[in-house]
Amino acid sequence: MLDRSSSIRSWPAEGATRVPYWVYQDEDVYAEEQRRIFHGPTWSYLCLEAEIAEPQSFVTTFVGEMPVVVTRDAAGRLHAFENRCAHRGALICMQARGKAERFSCIYHNWTYDHAGNLLTVAFRKGIAGKGGMAPDAKPETQAPKQFRVEGIHGLVFGTLSPSAPSLQDYIGPEILPRLKRVLVKPLKVLGGYTQVLPNNWKLYMDNVKDTYHASLLHVFFTRFRINRLTQEGGVFVSKDGAHHCTYTKMVEDKGDAYEKDGMRSASSQAFKLESSEMLEQVDELGDGVSIQILSLFPGFVLHQIRNSLAARQVVPKGVARTELHWTLFGFADDDEAMTRRRLLQANLVGPAGYISMEDGAATGFVQRGVAASPERASVIEMGGDQVGSGDSRITETAVRGLWKAWRSHMAL
Amino acid sequence: MREIEALHARYAHALDDDRLEEWPNFFTERGIYRIATAENEARSLPLPVVYCEGRAMLRDRVQSLRHANIYEPQRYRHIVSSVLVEKVDEERVKSIANFLVVRIMENGETMLFATGRYVDRILLKEMLYEERVVICDSRRFDTLLAIPL
Repeated sequence: MLDRSSSIRSWPAEGATRVPYWVYQDEDVYAEEQRRIFHGPTWSYLCLEAEIAEPQSFVTTFVGEMPVVVTRDAAGRLHAFENRCAHRGALICMQARGKAERFSCIYHNWTYDHAGNLLTVAFRKGIAGKGGMAPDAKPETQAPKQFRVEGIHGLVFGTLSPSAPSLQDYIGPEILPRLKRVLVKPLKVLGGYTQVLPNNWKLYMDNVKDTYHASLLHVFFTRFRINRLTQEGGVFVSKDGAHHCTYTKMVEDKGDAYEKDGMRSASSQAFKLESSEMLEQVDELGDGVSIQILSLFPGFVLHQIRNSLAARQVVPKGVARTELHWTLFGFADDDEAMTRRRLLQANLVGPAGYISMEDGAATGFVQRGVAASPERASVIEMGGDQVGSGDSRITETAVRGLWKAWRSHMAL
Repeated sequence: MREIEALHARYAHALDDDRLEEWPNFFTERGIYRIATAENEARSLPLPVVYCEGRAMLRDRVQSLRHANIYEPQRYRHIVSSVLVEKVDEERVKSIANFLVVRIMENGETMLFATGRYVDRILLKEMLYEERVVICDSRRFDTLLAIPL
């Protein structure tokens, strides 16, 4: 249990503008998060519908630390259940993906349907009247937990909480239109990979929500004038602070605010791409937005970076380790030229991405930097102390939103 | 055969010695460099981790690593082995080789960073890669992949 009387775990008096570093370090906090957040009244991203397009197909994934099987049954309905056999707790399904008529635990061959219901217990009645379970045995009491599952515009989410609102209500009216804006057609998976981050999962989430860092840390953006804070853009934050969306318009920035301030990310005249085809964007969504980053609490990110589209799933693997599961996609009706464009722009993202490789390093630097100072706190005062939407990205409003939501779930 | 192995060795030493500016010159003018994962290849999914078409794009990678991207000082040690060479036509061969890349951080922390296969098409007269596909065995990359494999 969390010891809330301990001074080290009390929230700083400044409130929303401070985040104490123990939130990234404390084993008890981490365990509480699993229970209160990942198994609590939140919706977690599970996969793309396109990954389980066919009846009886499945993928395995995680919700927090919990291993999960996500399926489509023979009738086409989506399900998700804990990947843990009712008998001795072994993984029921060990493949990453595939098709199956039913799921059999390899350990003792107990079988499950696509919803995770226990179907059969091997030798339940014994053989020839000998062995087996008593007639009143109830192995079903230890059945794997089943999720409420909802699909939305090709994304599949699940929650273990009967009291969570519907997925649409959970996302809310500020962010839902920004999700729909990108996911306008059936999706096609282009591939995926995993980036292992040497830091707490929340450091990645507050990096994603930090609209202030993008053009300062990611120098590639600024050098090539892809994203500067002087370009038109803005940020949306859900009422509870949990979810956010930031966007930048396509107009090339001609200003020199970065050069005047002598910033590291300012442009040197000598530095130009020789081959700029990679950056050529087709305005496929028709609204002139070149970059949109959207996050849903606790661990989902949807990006549109030019014509690169991806789902990023944040999977905590301990206090100081996080896996980022990237799935890049296009639309099912993409022509050859659009697929080629998306693959060229894959260079911008992922572990080797021109504009995303630094995130893993920067968040790891925080984890290492704060090692000896759990009682200190980060300063989150850009844009004041409020949580809300606005037209400036020189703000940490969405970061404050993350902590507002987190504290509410954690009762801290 | 020996020349092919020597080409792979020169390539590996150039990267391990931080002579990144020489890296594009191991490719033909329109040469292709692609880092993929075995998983995506097996699923016939086209997503690259890195994809460069031609020396200009390779030079852009180097420029960006030198002047734009921020990453902790690190080095690689490539071990390349089990080279197989197969004739494609009079001008080119196909080569498959295993690789293992160890990453060494400035503080000495050393890890097995990547393993996989180089699947190459090599022009014999110029002794350059017309295509080098780096197929990583794992879908997992630790922190970031800055220096090319």
